[in-house]
Amino acid sequence: MAIITTTKGDMDDSLLEYKTGNIDNEDEHTTWDEYYLDGELVHRSVHVTLKKTPFTDFTTALMG
Amino acid sequence: MANTQSMCSSFLSQLMSATHNFSSANVARSATTADTFKAALYVTTSGTTTTTCMCASVTAYATTVNGVNEVSGTNYNAGGVVVTNATNPTSVNTSLTAGVGYWTPSASIVYTNVTLSTSFDTMLMYNSSQSNAAVAVFTFGAQTVTAGTFTLTMPSNASTTALVRLQTT
Repeated sequence: MAIITTTKGDMDDSLLEYKTGNIDNEDEHTTWDEYYLDGELVHRSVHVTLKKTPFTDFTTALMG
Repeated sequence: MANTQSMCSSFLSQLMSATHNFSSANVARSATTADTFKAALYVTTSGTTTTTCMCASVTAYATTVNGVNEVSGTNYNAGGVVVTNATNPTSVNTSLTAGVGYWTPSASIVYTNVTLSTSFDTMLMYNSSQSNAAVAVFTFGAQTVTAGTFTLTMPSNASTTALVRLQTT
């Protein structure tokens, strides 16, 4: 039994329908957890792990 | 164009004028404390030019940047959250003539118990100690959050994976 924060206030997860999903590609690994009450989405949390980040390459000019 | 992950061009020239200080051991300024960096979230866009997206052209944080709005919703404060910075930047040599300087926040970036109903796909990191100057734009698959937590876990703080990397060749 766990207490879930929802749009209806804190609720016991046994009262809710649980769904989860994920994205895994070269840019990110993302998971989400959803809880529904009578078909209505009342909680959705998302966890993103970035795999690829902006990268800056400096070059120097040759002298002479 | 759509929101696009990029190092902000203004950040590159600001590095040369010591605008940003990620280090508590910086000797170029009288203060020996690191600047405060923050992370703000922006909504998904389908803009078609560099002036209608969150991308390299961003110069500073604002609630609307290049026509793209910051998210808003329950328990989300405009400006986003402070980025935890307990590790100074470091660098390694990768050859006789090249090296990498890098830095990564020392904790995940977390927005707790928020409701963000409009789809968002972008985090702007910026320097709130220096007129909110932009550092970089990070993108991910579009998301919404309902009475939940949005967590951005940082990559390993290493020369090939760190969140902010500057390399010479």
